[in-house]
Amino acid sequence: MPSVSFEHIVKRFGAVTVLDGLNLTVEKGDFLVLLGPSGCGKTTLLNLLAGLLDVSSGRIMIGDRDVTELDPKDRGLAMVFQSYALYPTKTVEGNLRFGLSARKLPKAEADARVTWASELLQLTPLMRRKPSELSGGQRQRVAIGRALVKHADVLLFDEPLSNLDAKLRTEMRLEIKKLHDTLSPTVVYVTHDQIEAMTMATKIAIMNGGEIQQFGTPDEVYENPANLFVASFIGSPAMNLTNARFRITDGSPGAMFDNGTKMDLTGYDFVSTPQDGDAIAVGMRPEHFLIDTQGTQQSHSAFDLTVKMVERTGSDALISLEFADDQLFVRAEPDRAAKTRPGETVSVQYPTAKLNLFDAREGRRL
Amino acid sequence: MTDTNVMYPRKPKRITGRSIAVLVFLSMAAMFFCVPLYVLIVTSFKEMDQIREGAMFSLPTKWTLEAWHFAWFEACSGLNCSGLRAGFWNSVVILVPSLTASIALSMVTGYALALWDVKWAGPFLFVLFLCAFVPFQIIMYPLIRLTVTMGIYGSTTAIAFVHTVLAMPILTLIFRNFYKDIPPELIKAAIMDSGSFWRIFVEIILPMSGNILIVVLILQITSIWNDYLIGVTFGGLGTKPMTVHLANMVTVSTGTVSYNVNMAAALLTAIPPLVIYFVLGKFFVQGIAAGAIKG
Ligand SMILES: Nc1ncnc2c1ncn2[C@@H]1O[C@H](COP(=O)(O)OP(=O)(O)O)[C@@H](O)[C@H]1O
Ligand SMILES: [Mg+2]
Repeated sequence: MPSVSFEHIVKRFGAVTVLDGLNLTVEKGDFLVLLGPSGCGKTTLLNLLAGLLDVSSGRIMIGDRDVTELDPKDRGLAMVFQSYALYPTKTVEGNLRFGLSARKLPKAEADARVTWASELLQLTPLMRRKPSELSGGQRQRVAIGRALVKHADVLLFDEPLSNLDAKLRTEMRLEIKKLHDTLSPTVVYVTHDQIEAMTMATKIAIMNGGEIQQFGTPDEVYENPANLFVASFIGSPAMNLTNARFRITDGSPGAMFDNGTKMDLTGYDFVSTPQDGDAIAVGMRPEHFLIDTQGTQQSHSAFDLTVKMVERTGSDALISLEFADDQLFVRAEPDRAAKTRPGETVSVQYPTAKLNLFDAREGRRL
Repeated sequence: MTDTNVMYPRKPKRITGRSIAVLVFLSMAAMFFCVPLYVLIVTSFKEMDQIREGAMFSLPTKWTLEAWHFAWFEACSGLNCSGLRAGFWNSVVILVPSLTASIALSMVTGYALALWDVKWAGPFLFVLFLCAFVPFQIIMYPLIRLTVTMGIYGSTTAIAFVHTVLAMPILTLIFRNFYKDIPPELIKAAIMDSGSFWRIFVEIILPMSGNILIVVLILQITSIWNDYLIGVTFGGLGTKPMTVHLANMVTVSTGTVSYNVNMAAALLTAIPPLVIYFVLGKFFVQGIAAGAIKG
């Protein structure tokens, strides 16, 4: 299974530059998820890798082969599309077989592959049907089967689950993950759904406006977002981001919020230390708050805050608290939330080590 | 609030002045086609004796196929008195190759223009669009010179060739617009699976073209079969299509006019397009209705 790397990729459509000098490397066997909002260039990047679009400049390597100029069929890739893109006039079997048509395979080998894929994806009873006679989930499995029969080393997915309903999406997510665990191809998977990204990826590349904002494991991007965009994009419910000023009092760093509330930042692991008086954004994840803990814990900041609203979200509940002219969302046990009424005061603590500080102007992590 | 479930009887539909007007108009339109058709049909089965009595609308006193037989085997077109047969076979010999060639060629060009990266596709389409609306008369003379140079002027080959050339622009545009509606991801998938222009065309695109093919078949068969001007201009002695034979028969017969033979000849000429309508008509409507292709 080869690695994939994009080197200084530039892609323009006429006068519009969609990708401007993008670099990205996927290690072999990795499950890379390209995650970003609609229109940020994910599909464009994937199509460049597939050879369905030509780069304006730059180089694409698969393993140690430079594939920049190769035809799509010669790149050793297979792709699953958002709309499934099944051939409407062919049966399921015909769809799988057409996937092999660029390869001059002996008949026995082709048969064996089609049988293998149909068994792996439980398509055997559907082989004689046309795509119009299949459900959404079945069509998606055929599309995956058509990619798998090629035994491609690199599998590409472009938002393959976004046309499915929520339950089916969860199932297919597991199936794709299982396929990756058994066959371990290199996967490049495009989505705008962060749950898909967090659950399936071994590496996530977060894109915005044609640029990679952060590249790392799901844990890294979640716990150490590289900038304000990643911080606000990753996480549901989203991270609380509150504006403040950086203050050094008696040699120890602190944040002063707009209403005068202070927070001690001693113990925060700064990437780069800002100047006294700089505008910063303080990020706190809803699930890292402690509620009702007696006595202030070691290196925690404690606040007593007024409840604005309580929201039940299924297995969890969110309490929104008034904080520094803004509000904080805090995750709570449903039992605890049920006892809470708007207007009450709740004491919460937040561990300094789990804070995320950003330069408010440039957005980069501090 | 208690009577929300009460059903009020619907007012009986009144026939309004407007719907009467529409009905009258439609009936007149139908008559406009039906009456001449009726006269045509009954006359073709009559004997000349009965026709001379007048009474255009009466049914034949004695039904006979004599006029049909005469029109097919013996009627004279110019000096040639071997009936419409010869013209019929000329028309077939013109129709089959020009139909096949024009549809096959324009399908492939339409496919290439719609789904593949063709250099200068935009300007090319614009030129095609212009060509599709150039009246035939304007390029008639150059085409005559061209066919003379090619050494085919006066043959059925020349007529078939001209039909093919003239149909190409509009048919290419029709096919191109139809293929443009195929979801782009489908062709991307096919390019990754196969990458072969012809294989994708034959295995994926052609089977999806049924609807548009029916529409184009009907348009082309009708227009080639009913053509007169190209046949007259490019045909030579003994190579002219059926329509030209018919016109000669009807217009230049000497002596008494054999109305029954003329009517039978007209009907014979109209039969092939009619058969096509009856056989393909159902699909034709479907084809026109089917705008997009569903996966
Ligand atoms: N063929 C094209 N011509 C012009 N602009 C395009 C084309 N394809 C994509 N774009 C533009 O490139 C940007 C990225 O598109 P895309 O890669 O499809 O985004 P994503 O898949 O992340 O939603 C969008 O702003 C889109 O408008
Ligand atoms: Mg996309």
